[in-house]
This record gives sequence, structure tokens and C-alpha cells, in this order.
Amino acid sequence: MRVRRCGEHALLVEVDPAEVHPLLAALRRLAEPGIEELVPGAASVLVVGADPERLAGALPDLPLPATAEIAGRLIEVPVRYDGADLAEIAELTGLPSDDVAGRHAAATYTVSFLGFAPGFPYLAGLDPALRVPRRDSPRTRVPRGSVAVAGDWSCIYPQDSPGGWRLLGRTDLVLFDPHAQPPALLTPGDQVRFRPIPR
Amino acid sequence: MVSAGPLTTVQDLGRPGYAHLGVGRAGAADQASLARANALVGNPTGAAALEATLRGPRLRFAARTVLAVCGGQVACGEGPHELSTGGQLDVGAIRPGLRVYVAVRGGWDVPPVLGSRSTDTRSRLGPPPVRDGDLLPVGAAGAGWSGSVPPAVALVDVPTLHVYAGPREDAFVAGAIEQLCTANWTVTPSSDRSGLRLAGPPLRSTLVRELPSEGMVLGAVQVPPDGAPILFLADHPTTGGYPVLAVMASSDIALAAQARPGSRLRFALA
Repeated sequence: MRVRRCGEHALLVEVDPAEVHPLLAALRRLAEPGIEELVPGAASVLVVGADPERLAGALPDLPLPATAEIAGRLIEVPVRYDGADLAEIAELTGLPSDDVAGRHAAATYTVSFLGFAPGFPYLAGLDPALRVPRRDSPRTRVPRGSVAVAGDWSCIYPQDSPGGWRLLGRTDLVLFDPHAQPPALLTPGDQVRFRPIPR
Repeated sequence: MVSAGPLTTVQDLGRPGYAHLGVGRAGAADQASLARANALVGNPTGAAALEATLRGPRLRFAARTVLAVCGGQVACGEGPHELSTGGQLDVGAIRPGLRVYVAVRGGWDVPPVLGSRSTDTRSRLGPPPVRDGDLLPVGAAGAGWSGSVPPAVALVDVPTLHVYAGPREDAFVAGAIEQLCTANWTVTPSSDRSGLRLAGPPLRSTLVRELPSEGMVLGAVQVPPDGAPILFLADHPTTGGYPVLAVMASSDIALAAQARPGSRLRFALA
């Protein structure tokens, strides 16, 4: 664990990726006064609002719960694998087109963290055979519900937005609704499986 | 709303507590001026005001009301302005400064989203930007404000913004902080509510690839691969993979929010 000061009001706590959700859970339980945000990242948790000196002192001794204790829900995402980049991904990976969708749907993903846009999940657990780089230049508009991959991650675009990830398919599930309670379908620690539906 | 101006949005103190869902706090870019405008009309500190950019709106009211205009300097003055039924206020050009907060007694009563009436221009949450012809409801005047009126933000031509080094100072070449604090920086026209994009000498990181995405804070000086720093304001992204060299002191955020495109600024260690 490495703790970095982040201005007057925040601490960036760097940990191994496997420790992010246990640390997040432990910080929530600590209920340190003044905490305004607890923002998980790929290998960190940002703590905003607590007294940085006091919290930095408490962190090294903070007991972390076991992963099994804090498991999130399993959410199934129906997806039509007809994305604009399917053929390109097949070419880049050397896999047959049908294999691309099959391998993507075979994995169980973990919601590592949300960022980039409201409700946008960064999903860990992508089959290494499906690793492709982001596009050189992003599209100005990726359709809402697009399921995509880039690097080690898979994601789902909650709204129409610019985007550089490679598109595999699309879901009709609502990822984010500010008027719903809770507003985001997926939260850090949840697990996701994709269920192929006919195109 | 007779004439909205170039960019006018409803802003209060924002929606803290949702960053882990990818939802930024948003809220007034210059919270000090929001607080002052609200105090002058007898509102609680966090009542929703109109944030106007470059030029203020022209408003006409269907009932008697009290308004205040705080932040950058405007011809109509701060107020408080008492208007009768059918009265108009033309806020006019903002200079010096960039943004003003038009507070109305009772607050602007648009529907809140996720607990706040603020427009997040990056993620498009909250009410849409105000347009010519819009009718904006005004809330009932509350019990009044019994606290002191916060001081006005003291605008200067070339502000010095104080920063704390880190969290990723070690991702940069030696001397990067010194370079940040000695250079003259120009605010480019691509600056917006998400942040000031600054032109100056490129800040060089030692990273060979992006960092794992990590949480981002208000006031962060984030440096993308081209070396041109972005100073994060109210609508900043909640996570990012580019290194943050330093973070601005909270007390200087208002000054950053008032920096016009084309103006210069400097940094100093806090």
C-alpha cells in the first residue's frame, strides 16, 4: 500500500488491483467523518474529504475484509453481437469472427470501477486473446448501450458519447438513470456476464 | 429569460458523493461568488443561482424580486437589486473576470437531479443550459440569511495559484514542479467548466504508458502526453490515466474559475 497526498483534502491510496474492493469496503466501514467521496480506480482508492493526516495514520493497520465477504451481485447483460468493429477485432486478434463474440461472452467480468461518464463500467476479466488497442481516433458518436473492448478492459457505454473503444455489440439494458434509485445499474465489485441474443 | 448570454447554467453547490458512479460534483465553478450572491439576497449559501459566462443575461420578472450579481465585474453592479413586477435586469458584459452568479431571493426552482440543481456540462446531467425565452421558476423566499456576507473575490490580471506537489510528481522529469511554478501560462480558448487548458512550456513525464485509471480531484493539474496541463474545475472527469503533477489550494479555485481565455496565470508552491 502506498499513500499519496492529493492536495489539502484528499489521499490517493495505491494498492494491488485485487485489494481495491476490500480497501473500499474497509474505508466505508471506517465511516471516517468528513469523507465526501471514495473513488476506486484500477489500482487505487481516492479518499476525498477526511482529515488526510489522521486517515494516513490509520491506513496501514486497517484490516481488509476477505473478497468472499464483500462479493457484489451478478448481473446478466443481454447483448446482440453485431458491433461495427467485430470484423476488425477478428483481424487484429487473428480469431474467426464467431470466436470473438463467443470468447467475450464466455468470461465472467468484475466491475473494477466506474469513470469516464455516469454509470460507465470498466470490466476486468477480458480473455487475453481479445486484447486490442483503442482506435487511433475516437468516433464522435458511439451509440448508447454499446459493448466494447480496449486493452485489458471491456465496457458498456451508458449514453451516446464520443468513444475510442472497439465495438462488439449492443445491449438495451439501461446502465444509468439519474431519476432511478439507485441511479447506476453496475457498481464496483459487481460481476457481469454477457448473454448473446440473436441479431 | 429575455437573453441568456453565451453560456448560462443553473448552479448550486453540486452533487457530492457520486464520484464512484462516474458522476462528478459539478456546481458553481466559483463557489465563493455563489455564496456571496446568495448572502446578498438573503438565501442559504447553496441556493441555486444562474452562472453566466462572458456576458450576463437579461431577465424580466413577473413578480417583485431581489437579485444580486457576484463574481466578475458587471456594469449593473453587485446589488442587491430590487425589481418591481415586470422589472428587468440586464447584467451585461463581464470584465474583469469571466463568470458571475445571478442569485434571486428564493433561488431558482428548477427540478433537482441527484439532489442538485446544477448543470454538469461534461456529462449532461441536470437542467440544460438556459436559452432565450425560457421561463425559470423562482422559489419562495426562506427565513433569510443571518450569517455574514462573504467577501468578494479579489480579481487580478495575472493571478498566482497556489499548489501542493503530487500525487504523481514522481511521474515527471526532475524540475517539473519548478517549471510549473516559474513559467507564464496562458489560458487557451478550449478552456471550459471541466478545466482550464493552459499553453506554456511542455511538462515532460517519464511514463512509458498511461497510469492505471485513478480518481481525480478538483484543482488537479493533470498533464496529458502532449505536456499541456489541464487545471481541473467543477465539471472535471472523475477518473483518469494521465498523471497529476500538483493540486491547487481550495482558496484559489475561485480565481481559476474567473480566468478569461487569453489571460495569463502563474503557479506557486503553497
